[in-house]
Amino acid sequence: MLLEGFATALTPVNLLYALVGVTLGTLVGVLPGIGPAMTVALLLPITFTVPPASAFIMFAGIYYGGMYGGSTTSILLNTPGESSSMITALEGNKMAKRGRAAQALATAAIGSFVAGTIATALLVVAAPLVVDFAISFGPEDYFALALLAFTAVSSVLSRSVVRGLASLGLGLVIGLIGIDQQTGQARLTLGVPQLLDGIDVVIVAVGLFAVGEVLYVASRLRHGPPEVIPVGRAFLGHSDWSRSWRPWLRGTALGFPFGALPGGGAEIPTFLSYSIEKRLARGIAREEYGKGAIEGVAGPEAANNASAAGTLVPLLTLGLPTSATAAILLAAFQQYGLQPGPQLFDHNPALVWGMIASLFVGNTMLLVLNLPLAPLWARVLHIPRPYLYSGIALFAALGVYALNSSWVELVILYLLGLLGFAMRRFGLPVAPAVIGLILGPMAEIQLRRALAIGAGDVTVLVRSPIAATLLVVAVLALFTPLIRKAAARRGA
Amino acid sequence: MRLRRFATLAVLSLAALTACGSGGSSGTSALRIMAPASPGGGWDQTSRVAGEALKSAAPSRKVEVYNVPGAGGTIGLAQLAGEKGNGNLLMTMGLVMVGAVEQNKSKVTLADTTPIAKLTEEYEIVVVPAGSPYKTLADLTAAWKADPAKVAIAGGSAGGTDHIVAGLMAKAAGIDPKQVNYIAHSGGGEALNALLGEKVAAGISGIGEFAEHVKSGKLRALGVSSPARLDNVDAPTLKEGGLDVELANWRGFVAPGGLDDGAKKELTELVTTMHDSPAWKDAVIKNGWADVFQTGQPFADFLAAEQTKVKAVIAEMGLVS
Repeated sequence: MLLEGFATALTPVNLLYALVGVTLGTLVGVLPGIGPAMTVALLLPITFTVPPASAFIMFAGIYYGGMYGGSTTSILLNTPGESSSMITALEGNKMAKRGRAAQALATAAIGSFVAGTIATALLVVAAPLVVDFAISFGPEDYFALALLAFTAVSSVLSRSVVRGLASLGLGLVIGLIGIDQQTGQARLTLGVPQLLDGIDVVIVAVGLFAVGEVLYVASRLRHGPPEVIPVGRAFLGHSDWSRSWRPWLRGTALGFPFGALPGGGAEIPTFLSYSIEKRLARGIAREEYGKGAIEGVAGPEAANNASAAGTLVPLLTLGLPTSATAAILLAAFQQYGLQPGPQLFDHNPALVWGMIASLFVGNTMLLVLNLPLAPLWARVLHIPRPYLYSGIALFAALGVYALNSSWVELVILYLLGLLGFAMRRFGLPVAPAVIGLILGPMAEIQLRRALAIGAGDVTVLVRSPIAATLLVVAVLALFTPLIRKAAARRGA
Repeated sequence: MRLRRFATLAVLSLAALTACGSGGSSGTSALRIMAPASPGGGWDQTSRVAGEALKSAAPSRKVEVYNVPGAGGTIGLAQLAGEKGNGNLLMTMGLVMVGAVEQNKSKVTLADTTPIAKLTEEYEIVVVPAGSPYKTLADLTAAWKADPAKVAIAGGSAGGTDHIVAGLMAKAAGIDPKQVNYIAHSGGGEALNALLGEKVAAGISGIGEFAEHVKSGKLRALGVSSPARLDNVDAPTLKEGGLDVELANWRGFVAPGGLDDGAKKELTELVTTMHDSPAWKDAVIKNGWADVFQTGQPFADFLAAEQTKVKAVIAEMGLVS
């Protein structure tokens, strides 16, 4: 079946659609704000004229390409194009500052390729299993998952725990803004109607990271000449390979099942991957963590790509969209009068297998496109800073405006940018704020759903085996370092 | 190479921006259709399909569809109100907006618009997981009456069509609508997951979202919110099941307020041409919509009646913020 799929995907026309898709996807991934979901939505009208297989091959290319592209600006400029590549910026940008930009980009590209390929293979063989797992996930399990993901915050804290928690608190407060999903009541909207839907996580990520970074760099420009960034060698060395492959695989293992979960998203596996890699780091990696460790790029990048393939599992097998992009792909299926679900594999095998085959093709294309470009992209850092950073400010604003064409959101972007500047100025880490913004609302809504379904009975939170397991892991993750530290102290 | 790429991007972006800005200038006869929601949703889809159908039915007229997302469409509504007297602008809207206006206490209401036409309807369906002990709507109602808190009902956003149906059903069953244990989800996918995983007792959504799973036997349909049985779903109406509830998630067009009769007539004629086109008929069938075309005074009366009905139930459910 898959071979027939390759026959569909490898026709010249469809190869061209795949190429257009991955190129477009990479571009929208690079641009802050504009993501694959919006791009596919705007391209939906092509379903009127293009045959289904070609359209889905292109859409899938956009989806995968977006996951690749987001990492480039994260690594080079500390300005993630999507919230899912935010974690990549943490170590990736530090690597770039030490002259290892090309290596960071390469491990991101190869990691994405490895993760994308393995995850697509899993999509072929393990789809039914994963779907059962995803469906069995209830609100109490999501709540436990969110608590587990919160422990990841401890690994991105700066040296001061208080500052890290302050940043997390800021994110949690921003996450409260908008209509409360369960009761429909408005919270913290200050009477501004544009705040009723809350502040988009993209705007927060772009504001705090990109605009904050621009303002901070601008404020430092006059303080002496800028540090010269060495370009360094262009290819992955032996040690880079040996340090990357395990994080790639672990990232894939995390990302794929999370992608299949409704509401799992691409962000949570990247947090978890980052914190796992940090905990597992030994020797040189342990020293480098926080200063640009390659593991911190390889793991999260693999996780976010694998989650994209994971998203396709419930979409194709059940017609269950678990991300914004998947929801729009579902709309595209319906435009063709197709209903994703078990019947889709029986009734339209050419389409489904062609699309899956195109994922392999698209992944390979992305690798071929991105790997040679890595050293080229790295030279972006040689653009004089005033031009480079004013460019970032422009594209950040453009991307956010393109999101909803709302000037109110531009104002919010710049306010958040000022906040990001202040946080940098006073040594508050930015990442915990975005983690709080993503996890806070999820933890709250799932807790309330679980309690409402259980008619107020608190024990529902630990009764499910999945939830109980996740909670135990969360407790372990939180307390092992403390215990180990205490033991080490006693030993010394 | 890089520079060229940046330049292309910049040019493309600027082109996009000017395209957004140019519509505001009057004098051109380009018709603009506002979808007061993000790309990909129901209003967006309706607007784009209508735009394509208009282009095919009236090729001389330029048509442009644009999105103003936010707050159940009330952001778009507020923007429409600012275009008083503009006879080249239509906004797609529907039942959800009627609810959102109440719920968000929007300063601008649908009374500030000129109703043009009702286009489509989609009915709601009440389902339970296949393994549920409730075989009929009467079973569900009995359990619900015994202890409303124990019957968790999954559906879309709080105050949306699904929630309103839950409120109306409670009222018809003699349960205080405030007692409904409604579990709001974002979009049908999440609610579907809760149902397939048997996390909730029942679920309510548009028929399209659940139909496939009812057919495959994973969900059992207990009732539909239509006045009579439907061809595409094997389920009784809610009324037959003993709950006197009828609700359609309808969509239509309104224009800015303060239109003179000439402009109103012109827009109505244009929308009628669009409705009669083969492209539109085709899209209606493809999307499983019910064609309920209505213009002029009947639509205005319908809109007013819906506002009263929704306002009452939203207040009774304690949803007004």
